[in-house]
Amino acid sequence: MKKKKISIGMIFVYLLLIFWAMTTIYPLLWVFQNSFKAKNKILENSFALPTGALFTTANYRKAFRDLNIFRAYKNSLFISTMVCIIVIILAGLASFALVRYSFKLKGLLQTIVIAGMMFPVFATIIPVHRMEVLWGLANTGSWLKSMLSVILPQVAGNLSFAIVVLSGYIKGLPIELEESAFLEGCTPFQIFTKIVVPLTKPSFATVTIFSFLWSYNDLFTQMFFLRREEFKGITTLLNNITSREGTDYGLMAAAVTLVVIPMVIVYIFLQKYIIKGMTAGAVKG
Amino acid sequence: MSANIYKNKKPLFFFLFPAFFFIGLFLYYPFFQNIINSFQHIKVLGSGGNGWNEPWYENYVKLFTDPVVRISLINTLKMILVTIFGQVGIALFLALLVDNIPWGGSLFRTVYFFPIVISATALGLLFNLVFLYDKGMINQILEMFGRTELIDWKGKGLALFTMMLPVMWQYVGFYFVIIITGLNNISGELYEVASIDGATKLQRVRYITLPLVRNVVCTCVVLAVTGALKVFDLPWTMFPKGIPTKSTFLTGTYMYYQTMEAKNIDYGSTLALMIVILGVVLSKVVNMVFHEKEY
Repeated sequence: MKKKKISIGMIFVYLLLIFWAMTTIYPLLWVFQNSFKAKNKILENSFALPTGALFTTANYRKAFRDLNIFRAYKNSLFISTMVCIIVIILAGLASFALVRYSFKLKGLLQTIVIAGMMFPVFATIIPVHRMEVLWGLANTGSWLKSMLSVILPQVAGNLSFAIVVLSGYIKGLPIELEESAFLEGCTPFQIFTKIVVPLTKPSFATVTIFSFLWSYNDLFTQMFFLRREEFKGITTLLNNITSREGTDYGLMAAAVTLVVIPMVIVYIFLQKYIIKGMTAGAVKG
Repeated sequence: MSANIYKNKKPLFFFLFPAFFFIGLFLYYPFFQNIINSFQHIKVLGSGGNGWNEPWYENYVKLFTDPVVRISLINTLKMILVTIFGQVGIALFLALLVDNIPWGGSLFRTVYFFPIVISATALGLLFNLVFLYDKGMINQILEMFGRTELIDWKGKGLALFTMMLPVMWQYVGFYFVIIITGLNNISGELYEVASIDGATKLQRVRYITLPLVRNVVCTCVVLAVTGALKVFDLPWTMFPKGIPTKSTFLTGTYMYYQTMEAKNIDYGSTLALMIVILGVVLSKVVNMVFHEKEY
C-alpha cells in the first residue's frame, strides 16, 4: 500500500474521533480532579487543577470515615468471586455433557438454556425473594446468608449465557484427544477434568470476566437482598450516598473515584480479554 | 468410535443436574410463580399470596388505566429509539471512520469501550455532578461560553434527555467494537478492486462496506432493543422514584418502585410480566424487520 497523505478530511475525521474519546474520558478526569477540592471550591471553578491552596484530601478522609468503602469492596468482591466460581463449575459440567453426549432430552434442554437467557431479572426477583425468605436466607442478620441470597440468583442469571458460550467452544475441540484418553482408560469425568477443561481455558476466561463484571456492577439484585448497612456492596453503597449525602459534591466525587479506580486499573491491564469477554455473547461461534 | 466413549449415559445426570436444577429453581419456577402472583393479593415482600384478587384480573385493569404505566411505556419506547439510532447509529458512524484511518484504531477501540466496564451506578452519580443545576460541569462550560442563566437539566423539560444521554453514551463503545470487528472481516481486495474501477471513498462505503456489515448491524439492533428493556441502574440512580413527578419512569424502574417503595407486590409482578411480554413482542418485531440475510 502506498503511504497515505494526511488530508484536510483526515484531520476532520480525527477531530471527530478525538471528540468522542474526550466524552468517554473527560467526565472521569473532571470528577477525579474535583475529588481533591473542598465542596464550595468545586462550584466556583471546577476546571482548575487542584494545586496549592485548592488541594485537600478532606473528601477522602470523610469517605473512609463515614462510608466504610472497604467493607463494601469486600462484600462485592466476595459475591462476584463466588458467582464466577459457581458459574464456571456448573456451566462447564453441563456444556460438556450437552455437546458430547447424545440423548433424548438434549434438544429440550438446549431450548431451556437459550430461553433462560431471555428472562429479565424483573420477572423472577419477587418469587426468588420469597423463596429465600422461606429458606431463612434473605432478611437475616447473618453475613454469609445475606451474601448467599445475592449469589444464588446471580449464578442462575449467568448460567444460561455461560453454557451457550462454553458449548460453542467445546464443540470445536478435536474429539481425537478424548478418544485416546478413553483408550488409556480414563473415565468420562477424568476426560472432562484432564482434557476438556484445560483446552477450554480461553472460553472459561471469557465467561469469568463477563460474570464478574455483570455481578460486580449489578444494582437491582443487591437492592432487593442487601438492605442492611453492613452487608451493602459497592453499588448499593453508592446508591445510598446519592440519597443521603446528595449535596456533598466533594464526597460524591471522592466516592465515585474510589469505586472507579480499581476498574480502570483492571481494564488497562486486561482490556483485550475484557472487550472479548463482554462482546462474546453477541458474536456467534 | 466417538459414540463409544459417551455411550454410557450414567454420568449424564451428574454433569447436567446441578446446572439445570439451578436454572429450574431460580429462573423457571419463579417465572411461573410470578404469573400466579400477579392474580393474588400480596402486600408484604417475602410473604405468600393472601388469597386471590377480587376480581382476579384486578391488576390487569389497573395496568391499563394507570397513567404512570403509559408514561413508563412511552419512555421505554423512546429509550429503544435512542438505543437504536443513538447507540448503534453513532457506533456505526464511528466504526466507519476508524476503519478508514491509518493509525490509532486500537487506541480508540480501548477508549470507546471503557465506560461499559464501569458500574452504571457510579456513572449515575458522576452524571449527577456533570448535570448539576448549580454549577455542574455542563452549566459551567456554558457559562464560559457566555450563557448567563443556568439550565435545569433535571427539571421537567429536559429530564428525559438527561436520563437517556448517559445510558446511550455508555454503550456506544460496545456496539462500536462489534461493528468494527465485522468491518475488519471484509477483505481488503474488494476495496482495491473498487478503487481500480474508480469508486470514490463514499461509494466504497455505500456499495461495499454497508451491505457487508448489514448482518452485524442487525445483531446490534436486536441487542440494543432487548438491552433497552433491561435498563435500570443508571435511571434509578439519577432519577429515583421517577422524579420529577413520576415523569421519568421506565418499565423496569416503575416495577421496582411499585414493589419496593409502594409495596404493591402483586402489582409489581404484573408489571414484570408486562416487561416480559413487551420483550417477546418487540424482539419478534425487530427480528422481522431486521432479519439477517444469507449471502
